[in-house]
Amino acid sequence: MTAVDLMLALPELFILFMTCVIMLVGLWLPRDRQGLISFMSVMTLVFAAIILLGWDDSNPSAVDYAFNAAFVRDQMADVLKLTAFILLGAIFIYARQYLRVFKMAILEYHVLSLFMLLGAMVLISSASMLTVYLGLELIALPSYALVALRRDDKRATEAAMKYFVLGSLASGLLLYGLSMIYGVTGTLSLAQVANITSMGNNTVLVLGLIFVVIGIAFKLGVVPLHMWIPDVYEGAPAAVTILISSVPKLAAFAMAIRLLSDGMGNMQEHWMSMLVVLATLSIVLGNLVAIAQSNIKRMLAYSTIAHMGFMLLGLLTGTDQGFSASMFYAIVYAIMSAGAFAVIILLSQHGVEAENLDDYKGLNKRSPWLALMMLMLMFSLAGVPVFAGFFAKWLVIQAVLDAGMVWLAVLAVVFSVIGAFYYLRVVKLMYFDEPDSDEAIIVPADFRAALTLNGSAQLLLGIFANILIALCVASF
Amino acid sequence: MTIIELVFYLFSTVLTLSALAVITVRNSVYAALFLVLAFFSSAAIWMLLEAEFLAITLVLVYVGAVMVLFLFVVMMLDINSERVREGFARYLPVGIIVALIMAGELMFVIWTKGAEKLPLLPGQTDAGSNTAMLGERLYTAYLYPFEIAAVILLVGIVAAIALTHLGRKPQARYQDPSRQVSTRREDRVRIVSMPSVVADQQEEDEA
Repeated sequence: MTAVDLMLALPELFILFMTCVIMLVGLWLPRDRQGLISFMSVMTLVFAAIILLGWDDSNPSAVDYAFNAAFVRDQMADVLKLTAFILLGAIFIYARQYLRVFKMAILEYHVLSLFMLLGAMVLISSASMLTVYLGLELIALPSYALVALRRDDKRATEAAMKYFVLGSLASGLLLYGLSMIYGVTGTLSLAQVANITSMGNNTVLVLGLIFVVIGIAFKLGVVPLHMWIPDVYEGAPAAVTILISSVPKLAAFAMAIRLLSDGMGNMQEHWMSMLVVLATLSIVLGNLVAIAQSNIKRMLAYSTIAHMGFMLLGLLTGTDQGFSASMFYAIVYAIMSAGAFAVIILLSQHGVEAENLDDYKGLNKRSPWLALMMLMLMFSLAGVPVFAGFFAKWLVIQAVLDAGMVWLAVLAVVFSVIGAFYYLRVVKLMYFDEPDSDEAIIVPADFRAALTLNGSAQLLLGIFANILIALCVASF
Repeated sequence: MTIIELVFYLFSTVLTLSALAVITVRNSVYAALFLVLAFFSSAAIWMLLEAEFLAITLVLVYVGAVMVLFLFVVMMLDINSERVREGFARYLPVGIIVALIMAGELMFVIWTKGAEKLPLLPGQTDAGSNTAMLGERLYTAYLYPFEIAAVILLVGIVAAIALTHLGRKPQARYQDPSRQVSTRREDRVRIVSMPSVVADQQEEDEA
């Protein structure tokens, strides 16, 4: 280990240091000054972003390894980490009022979220199977605790229990697969695994690969390993759902790239067929079941499943074009999902979760601004042209077509049209129905700014999609 | 038979017998203690393989921490061993099948691979003790994963406290030592001047 190693991991070190500082400061803060924690957390993310961008002036496209090849910094890592910082900063702003209204533990929420971010960063920058696993656990453990943070809520604790049991099982399966791969190759480094697998296949290696794909599929939440998603999304407080639906998805995408492309790119013929099955099932089941939901959190949960299926479409092609399309999809999806849950958080400000679709009736009359933001987010999720979600879908379908899988592309198009129904239903409720209540919606200024940015980002990322696409393409 | 083999067989015998005793004795405290003996014997076998670090951790972690916890639970719960035994005959066939399958699998591994082909432990170098070597690798080559593991433990503590700590309830009574210390005599003792009439009356009565 040298000073260069430490410099490469400076954003991680900074986040860790500041999380510990926030934890200690929070202990001595009086109850009425807890707002400072939120402010410090957002500032931490701002400075982490500056550090990430600041030292990176030399050569962004270089690939640097550190800590005995356990850590890698490349452009994909930088872009994903930066997105995670921005998203988490927005989430902290969204959650501020919600946490106060629902009397949740503010300090623990922020500290655990920052630890989850650290885990996501470790996973995004992992170059060895050991760091993949540790990063994954560092994301998972805070998530379990965050879901159960409102202990008096029966649904939340039940969701946390399900999440914990299934999550541990998935971690165990992944570890099992990794140990098989280690057993065959004798190395933990993903780069060396790639070297060894290029010399030919081995049955145990394929068996290990199956378990690895199961682990990835669980983290992404694709069918048939999706059962935890609706329950956890519904049971968790909205301020936690927004967390687990955004940052970990970026990390799960990075994990898929690190393991499947960086580590086992030579075994593409094996994992491609598995991913085709996962993607097809997710797109079909996610979109169909979402239609039947009357709870918006559950609806968005099934929509997540469908979107992750779409994201896999790019991955399964195994080409650089497909990978960059998937990366674009993952980033755009994380932003969309954060925005949609932010609207739920805002509507829950009276102490009751606004999770029924009927709560969105006549939103336009109550707050035209909020309805407009939700409209843009829903259009983007549905994949209406000009919005970012459209380009995301277009790119992955393009990648699938270029890989020669026409039937898969047709299926994706058909089901994205079916999926548009339930997003547009929300729009219809907001604009064409009469409101059930006329309670005023009070929006804090920072919340308004963040959500305006989040909503209009859908339009801006759509119109100026080529900037982000160029970044994604340069990552591979 | 060399002395090392003799020691090995001695410890193996103790290990096997104590492991058997763990599942056969009726008293659950004895079972826990036999498990301690089994751990000790296996630690000794690790020692024979010159894996002293593993031996030490086995004793420290399992015997020192885990088994104490185990004994604690056993003594606190007061498990009725008679009721636990009730289903013995019912579960016996399944147990035998599982045991046979496991034994079969072990045999299969040994027969197909050949016992002599099983990889031997990497030879010890003169670089120093096993513990020092492990420590050196852990703090140099594996520093980064090691630190992340430490962070995961920290998260475990934070999460456990966040989920169990109720905070100080507003109506709960608690002591404030600084107030206790700074209290003055005037706060606690009230001197009341009483008229001495009553006492005089009593004296008169007695008289």
